Amino acid sequence: MNDELVSMPYAARLRAAWDGDVTWSFRHSPVAIVSAVVMLVCVVAAVFAPWLAPSNPYDLASLNLLDSLSPPLWETGGKAGYLLGTDDQGRDVLSTIMYGARVSLMVGIASVLLAVVVGVGLGLLAGYVGGRTDAAIMRVADVQLSFPAILIALLIDGVARAVLPHESHGELALVVLILAIAASNWVQYARTVRGSTMVEKNKEYVQAARVIGVAPIGIMRRHLLPNVLGPVLVLATINIATAIITEATLSFLGVGVPPTQPSLGTLIRVGNDYLFSGEWWITVFPGAALVIMVLSTNLLGDWLRDALNPKLR
Amino acid sequence: MIAFVLRRILQTVAVLGVVALIAFSLFNYTGDPIAFMLGQDATMEDRVRLRADLGLDQPAYVQFGRFVGNALQGDFGVSLRQGRKVSTLLRERLPATLELSFAAALIALLAGIPAGVYTALRRHSVLAHVLLAASLVGVSLPTFLIGILLILVFAVQLGWLPSFGRGEVVALGWWTTGLLTPSGLKSLILPSITLALFQATLIMRLVRAEMLEVLRTDYIKFARARGLTDRAIHFGHALKNTLVPVITITGLQLGAIIAFAIITETVFQWPGMGLLFIQAVTFADIPVMAAYLCFIAVVFVLLNLIVDLLYYAVDPRLRVERVVGH
Repeated sequence: MNDELVSMPYAARLRAAWDGDVTWSFRHSPVAIVSAVVMLVCVVAAVFAPWLAPSNPYDLASLNLLDSLSPPLWETGGKAGYLLGTDDQGRDVLSTIMYGARVSLMVGIASVLLAVVVGVGLGLLAGYVGGRTDAAIMRVADVQLSFPAILIALLIDGVARAVLPHESHGELALVVLILAIAASNWVQYARTVRGSTMVEKNKEYVQAARVIGVAPIGIMRRHLLPNVLGPVLVLATINIATAIITEATLSFLGVGVPPTQPSLGTLIRVGNDYLFSGEWWITVFPGAALVIMVLSTNLLGDWLRDALNPKLR
Repeated sequence: MIAFVLRRILQTVAVLGVVALIAFSLFNYTGDPIAFMLGQDATMEDRVRLRADLGLDQPAYVQFGRFVGNALQGDFGVSLRQGRKVSTLLRERLPATLELSFAAALIALLAGIPAGVYTALRRHSVLAHVLLAASLVGVSLPTFLIGILLILVFAVQLGWLPSFGRGEVVALGWWTTGLLTPSGLKSLILPSITLALFQATLIMRLVRAEMLEVLRTDYIKFARARGLTDRAIHFGHALKNTLVPVITITGLQLGAIIAFAIITETVFQWPGMGLLFIQAVTFADIPVMAAYLCFIAVVFVLLNLIVDLLYYAVDPRLRVERVVGH
């Protein structure tokens, strides 16, 4: 019952916002509609790849080496059934892209979620508790913020490689990658949440909760969290695109996803070796898929930021 | 002023200390260096002796002190993979990375500032819209993909420019330069454009936003009222006032350019420090990783410090606090 009471006004507010300006702005922004549709297509194609893809590129029985390195259908020499051509192993490029997008999306979303959880948690703590805790957390954040995220992710990945036993690299590579990207991104959320927590914590509802004896953890979770989450959601949407690029870059550099379970970045890395012998499609199509995914996420994020910004209304 | 400078320098030293500690822990707690050096069939006595010789039996803080002492003298030990001194390796690779980074920064400024000014002054022209849309695509294109596409078009399809390496280099003392030979210059074009593109879009958006901001201010209106020409207003008054943040951001981005050179160097097999670092990460070559980390940290922290101090010197508004204090 208590939960209902607490969440009701927030849900109602969300509802009102949804019925109001945001949907109106969405309906009147062709860019937002197109990018939402494109993103939806990408996500559906990636998530349901095992059912939608023309073939399973990692089922060795279905591969035919005679079909390897055939160009896209519309080029001379293109083979029926391989719309975007095949790679050196005879795998259908369209299918590898769909399976690869799956890994890319998974890593992107998982690392953003992890970064949000860690960042929001530490931000709440720093903002609510203040004092030395705040100083310690924010100093770490400052130091980290002065280095590019990709460098921090690379470093964490490199250290993990040196510390972990060699055999477990393949299995743990995805986990390490998600951790590395999340660790390089939590600061933004921590800063945002800390700022809004410091504003919220002096409001009456928080003081009231304190007076009736709610523990600090309870205040942070029940009362502050719902009220500081708004800007974080916008930031997270935009950051999924960044996380996908970071993942692709690390995989391209050869320190990300292992070739046994390739992401779009790994596919581009592998295809890069065939660039000079003229088999451009192995690289270009995964690259195009990556750009389309990232661009549509960016456009949608931009629109969302503007739509939720009261100054621009 | 002096308090501000001292505080900033103290912060800088603290950050470098933290980075040194991380690098030191990398060295000491990831694998046993003795095992690396001696191999499988060394006796127990050999191990103990080498451990004592290297000072690895001493307390951690003594070792850390020695690590910092060595690092200050540029000594980071021996690369585990190549068996050569890390400092020599880094020094060999430094000119390639710096030449690439400065060329990229120059291109980014030369392309970004005019494009930013143009899109701010002619907001509704077709070209301005095209440039803005292109900048959004530029932000969504990962650096390595830009490099691959440039290679595909200009090296593979057209065959105009080389796609990897530095070309011929000329040695000036220990510094090797590719800027003095035709092949070196040709090799520089694609990598530097790749590295510059993202920064150029950043600078363009920044200059545009700042220009739009400044053009709305009163002193621009007064300048118009005084009957000054558009050229004098736009370039003499508006652009000049936008350049402070642009210089700041460019200064800070120079560090990012050197770090992002890792990606460009990998795509173009450019023999710089970034390529060395990536190989070190792949092979878990800790001394090289630690040394690169320290190098990048020094570059970043120094750039931050210089920019902060410059800002303080350039922008009088930051000095208000001191005046009030009197």
